[in-house]
Amino acid sequence: MKRFFPWLVLIFAAAWVMASWFPPKSTDNAIDLITLGKVPVLVGGRVKPLDTVARNSLLIIHGKETLQLPNGEQIGAMQWLADVLFKPALADEYPVFVIQNSEVLGLFGWEQSDRKYFSFTELSPFLKQIDEQGEQADKLESVQRSAYQSAILNLRNALILCQRLKNSLRPEDAHDFSKELETYATAIPPAAQAAGQRGKGETFDKAKLDSVAAFIQRYENLSSMAYLLAVPSGEGLQWQAVGESLLQAVQTGELHPVVKAYAQLGDAYHVGDQRTFNQQATRLRDWFAKEQAVATKRTSFEFLFNRVDPFTHSMVLYVLAFLLACGSWLGWNRPLNRAAFYLLLLSLAVHTFGMASRMYLQERPPVTNLYSSAIFIGWGAVIVALILERIFRDGIGAACAGAIGFITLVIAHHLAGSGDTLEMLQAVLDTNIWLATHVVAITTGYSAMFLAGMLAMIYVIRGVFTRSLKKETADSLSRMTYGVVCFATLFSFVGTVLGGIWADQSWGRFWGWDPKENGAVLIVLWCAIILHARWGGFIRQRGLMIMAIFGNIVTSFSWFGVNMLGVGLHSYGFMQKAFPWLVGFIVSQLALMAVGAMPLERWRSFRGSTNGSRQNDKMNFVPPGLVERTSE
Amino acid sequence: MVRRLIAIITSLKLTIICLVAAMVLIFAGTIAQVHLGIWEAQQRYFQSFFVWWPPEGRGLRIPIFPGGHLIGAVLLINLIAAHAKRFQWAWRKFGIHLTHAGLIIMLAGGLFTDLFAVESHMRLTQGDTRNYSEDPRRMELAVINTSNPEFDQVTAIPEAVLRRGGTIKHKSLPFRLVVRHFYQNSRLHMVSEPGVTLQPIANQGPGAQVVVEAVSRATGVNDRDLVSAAVEIIPAESASLGTWLVSDALGAPQTFSGDGRTWQLVMRPARYYKPYSVTLQKFTHERYVGTDIPKNFASKVTLIDPERSVNRNVLVYMNHPLRYRGETYYQAGFEKDDRTSILQVVRNPSFVAPYIACIVVAVGLLVQFGYHLVGFSRRRGTVAA
Repeated sequence: MKRFFPWLVLIFAAAWVMASWFPPKSTDNAIDLITLGKVPVLVGGRVKPLDTVARNSLLIIHGKETLQLPNGEQIGAMQWLADVLFKPALADEYPVFVIQNSEVLGLFGWEQSDRKYFSFTELSPFLKQIDEQGEQADKLESVQRSAYQSAILNLRNALILCQRLKNSLRPEDAHDFSKELETYATAIPPAAQAAGQRGKGETFDKAKLDSVAAFIQRYENLSSMAYLLAVPSGEGLQWQAVGESLLQAVQTGELHPVVKAYAQLGDAYHVGDQRTFNQQATRLRDWFAKEQAVATKRTSFEFLFNRVDPFTHSMVLYVLAFLLACGSWLGWNRPLNRAAFYLLLLSLAVHTFGMASRMYLQERPPVTNLYSSAIFIGWGAVIVALILERIFRDGIGAACAGAIGFITLVIAHHLAGSGDTLEMLQAVLDTNIWLATHVVAITTGYSAMFLAGMLAMIYVIRGVFTRSLKKETADSLSRMTYGVVCFATLFSFVGTVLGGIWADQSWGRFWGWDPKENGAVLIVLWCAIILHARWGGFIRQRGLMIMAIFGNIVTSFSWFGVNMLGVGLHSYGFMQKAFPWLVGFIVSQLALMAVGAMPLERWRSFRGSTNGSRQNDKMNFVPPGLVERTSE
Repeated sequence: MVRRLIAIITSLKLTIICLVAAMVLIFAGTIAQVHLGIWEAQQRYFQSFFVWWPPEGRGLRIPIFPGGHLIGAVLLINLIAAHAKRFQWAWRKFGIHLTHAGLIIMLAGGLFTDLFAVESHMRLTQGDTRNYSEDPRRMELAVINTSNPEFDQVTAIPEAVLRRGGTIKHKSLPFRLVVRHFYQNSRLHMVSEPGVTLQPIANQGPGAQVVVEAVSRATGVNDRDLVSAAVEIIPAESASLGTWLVSDALGAPQTFSGDGRTWQLVMRPARYYKPYSVTLQKFTHERYVGTDIPKNFASKVTLIDPERSVNRNVLVYMNHPLRYRGETYYQAGFEKDDRTSILQVVRNPSFVAPYIACIVVAVGLLVQFGYHLVGFSRRRGTVAA
């Protein structure tokens, strides 16, 4: 059992991960939303599958990627989107809009209750009010908005998004849209003839012109509302909304095949004709595969990426690994430790797959926004921690890897709420060289700082609350922490300076005292203080640990805190919601530092023994520094 | 005594104290940016020898914390002194020496930059040609002698001189200027506006119809002070030419005659003239399809420098600034529906210092940590064997 246990754990975990790789078999007489979900559209400057649009939109509007209907039925994002696009009257009844702010509820004369989801129909009497209130809030900087103002603005944006989606592929009041388009297409040539006659001053049939004018008005509205640009109209990123394509038909005299396919597909969905729907979905897929081969390949892959959901899987695996590693300190050491290590390798593989997929989809280095920084920090810390585990084999590296991997992925998960995490980059960030060097170095530095902090936390918690911190463990923990701090110093320093060079290259100045720059230099300074204090003999093992925990605070301030200030060139993404979490984290770290500063007699591991850190300050990893150790 | 002093200056404790002080200062200076804006916070915390309380005013001010320049200077002295005292050649110390040498270059370069770098703006609407850049943070009172048809003779009086008040004389001016009022930040209102109770402070020119309301200094990131002043012009031989209102908020220059010549008077952002000119041909602002996310900003400009016989077109865009004669022009912003382009102009004589410093420090850290990593794994290897 001891020998097979780690392998058993690994096999079960791998089977669980692989299961998501294969789609559920769709039955023949069901609406084929999978084929439709892979069809590319252009939203937010990027070509993505409809499935991604569905997930992101539902996340923005509803806060989740699935929707629970009042009858208890759970529907997926794609199903919801199909209803919004093709059966808007039905979708209007879905309770999708989240309202939790009591002042917003009060605006409509509603009391706060346990209900927090409302449908479009329920909100429709208040649309004008919401729009006015939201517009006022929109004028303020995000830092200045009150909770009510943020909430009403979010609601307004969600309603606008929903309205735009409804009018993306067809006017929301359309019933038989294919037929409407046929009428339109047949009306164009006579109208064009009449317009020509009018141009030359000849007599012309006004009725023919008017019949098309009504359509044009209708499609102009449609075009201005559209959220999806669904029709490729040329090379590269030249995409049009359905409405725009229809307006263009006046000149070309022809309807775009994609427009026609969407119209028939929509009509079929509207009346529940699954055969025609599936036919048209296949037609769309084939058309795109032929005309937009590269985009289709990418969107199919993104569809797979969405379904596999690698980060959620590795999040679960990290937590399991952490528990196994912690368990190994209590007993059954070897098998649990090994199992944890194997799980971590699997989790890291899934994590790496996720990150590499994002890089492929975005054609960018790994870190492009706050979301991806969380993913990368976790990834980097896990790798370094696994190397430590390989060297020391005492479960500490594994526990750190599990904990940091899990926490950073949870953070990433919460950062994803604003929609597409593969968003396009602001002009100044549009450079792969600096993203690949400066940003990667800085985030690697963050990883190392958090890892050092985690090691120190294990030292303090195990030392104070358990008897498991033996002298050898304490020594190896302190060597690991020291080494990781050195690593952090190197990467933070190089990253910070590379940032300066980027700034000099693009703005002509090396340093601008921007909050993010200051945050980075705080980390470098703190590393320098730790190392110099250690080399000068001002701190020993325990001091190193307490300072490493404070490093967590410095790093979290640099990573998140400065963004909350809402100033500077790097303040991409202000997160009011994260503020209490940050404060909570800082308080917890301060508390741990206080615990660590307790006299050694109170440490359970050191009580009454001679292996306290006071005796073993001879770290054989202290470099022969410039400064001679002051003898105390 | 001297020995004690040397011991303090070269001590590691002083290094750590400086580093901790730097952390506290940077943290406080970063938080202060929320209310003061980056520029003001930078002046008070980082580009100063002390952080003062209260930050402004003529009364008693006490230094409450060392400023960036002081900490930087002490750290620099400490570093140099410690190395001078303890320098020993040894391979195992080579990395540390390199790292610290790099840091010395970086700190010295940083101080040098703070003292000598100049940042200004060049604001160009399509078709405009400029041979100067402006500092929107500092004003100057320009007195322009327009009597020569070939060129204008400009006498620029810096804001700081106006703020000091009193009488201003200059050899190029045949009259004295007496500063009657000075407002660091102000709002102008017409006398005729309802509810205005203040009296005009000027009696000449359009300023006689305007009252000046003093307001507290602008602190927001995008706000700036509207400096106003009232100056009386008194020729040496004849009677006073009256008091004139000069303000950042008044657009066009005011004209007066004195000493038989025509003069113009204008309060404007301080100008840095250049021996060459820049013309904006076209500004483009690209967005990603179907979004408002900016993809690129680019200014196509023509650079004309008769001295060096340069006449060429240059594209200034994101991450690709123009470097010319010691100045860097980068695309900083735009205005007026994308028709006006704002180029930031930076003159930084010590811009190479960080590059050298960075390479030296990075090599130093790699050597040092690499040296110990090798030693560490070798030791582990022997333990395992």
